[in-house]
Amino acid sequence: MGNRTVIPFGPQHPVLPEPIHLDLVLEDETVLEAVPRIGYIHRGLEKLVEKKDFQQYTYVAERICGICSFMHGMGYCMAIESIMDVKVPERAEFLRTIWAELSRMHSHLLWLGLLADAFGFESLFMHSWRLREQVLDIFEETTGGRIIFSVCEIGGVRKDVSPETLNKISGILLSMEKELKELAKVFLNDSSVKYRTRGIGVLSKQAAFDLGAVGPMAKASGINMDLRTQGYAAYSKLQFEPIVETDGDSYARTSVRLREIFQSIDLIKQAVSIIPEGEIRVKVTGNPNGEYFTRVEQPRGEVIYYVKANGSKFLDRFRVRTPTFANVPALLETLKGCALADIPILILTIDPCISCTER
Amino acid sequence: MSILSMSKILFKSILHGPYTVLYPIRKKENYEHTRGRVDITVSDCIFCGLCQRRCPTGAIRVDKAGSTWSIERLQCIQCNYCGEVCPKKCLKMGNQYTSPSFGNVRDDYTNARVSDNTENH
Repeated sequence: MGNRTVIPFGPQHPVLPEPIHLDLVLEDETVLEAVPRIGYIHRGLEKLVEKKDFQQYTYVAERICGICSFMHGMGYCMAIESIMDVKVPERAEFLRTIWAELSRMHSHLLWLGLLADAFGFESLFMHSWRLREQVLDIFEETTGGRIIFSVCEIGGVRKDVSPETLNKISGILLSMEKELKELAKVFLNDSSVKYRTRGIGVLSKQAAFDLGAVGPMAKASGINMDLRTQGYAAYSKLQFEPIVETDGDSYARTSVRLREIFQSIDLIKQAVSIIPEGEIRVKVTGNPNGEYFTRVEQPRGEVIYYVKANGSKFLDRFRVRTPTFANVPALLETLKGCALADIPILILTIDPCISCTER
Repeated sequence: MSILSMSKILFKSILHGPYTVLYPIRKKENYEHTRGRVDITVSDCIFCGLCQRRCPTGAIRVDKAGSTWSIERLQCIQCNYCGEVCPKKCLKMGNQYTSPSFGNVRDDYTNARVSDNTENH
């Protein structure tokens, strides 16, 4: 039995985009235990509902995180709409779906780049982010913002997208799909990449279920759980099957995210082809009174919003359960018994978003 | 060989040249909807103060007595909520960004016509 050493990992580390701290208990080069500590970027955004009225809070909600910003705004709006019994126009539902799927693409492309960066494949990293840039340009053209769209509002969406722009988006996605297929070959077939991901950090189906893993982490372990099948926004009108892999290792998680990008492209194409004409917003009057849970499938997994309103313009309580928070126990499980050199990859494969987690 | 799977992409990018824009020689065109900065046509402003009340960050100050509308540029989050609620539609989101700065930038706009009128009384 070797000497036990405790190595602090983070909050500042080249592989981490955001601060999380792990105390790694090592025996030689093998991890015995990992103790997480969070709380470095807590901003008190949930408390802010007491200061900002429920309309203003739409802008705060989408600033919870910079990557799933649109879905945070959408989830919050959906909760308030359900409390106030607002029927969102169908065109707005489709536009929300298109932007949500584009967000999923840009989040997964960002993650693929970070993964390539973590195992030192710089050109793959640059090419993933180059493709992501095209998605960001679509956002800027249609919503006005590259990361924070400020386009979702209670009762619909603020900006309409013209049919020409929608066709242009389909064209861009078509050319992107070709380039993505080439990138996917590198991620899935390249022997040096496979060497870093295949069989690393295996999470069994039972463990994923017991630890409450969500999103691609659960899907890669064989759990068929995708909240889009519940049919919120316009998903009930689109055809898709949740993507599930059974290996449960880092390779399976990469594969799930890659295939989800192609699925998103397909969903956007479907949505563009059947998007109805009509209004994009309804006028909302009065204040919400009641409480509601919304569940939305973010790029990282299931997110839960709880809203409690009291009939005034300020909400009583707003609570977000983010996917990264649910995935941290699963991360600790995969870290047990892994080699020190694999830790950056394992931490990345849950796609940690600490800004969401701490709010 | 699977170890050379990246080579096709790499050869393509060598022939393609840089994908980035050579700033500042070539500047990226902003889109029509790009949210750059809030612009005001102060001669149309009635100083109702609705934008000040609705602004999520409290960046806008409206002084009705002095006929002055001012904005803290670095507090503004470019959400365009003020432009939506403005009854005179004199606030709008321009697609050019605020230039970089080293300190807090506060822009004041005074409607000279209104203050002239008050002097005449």
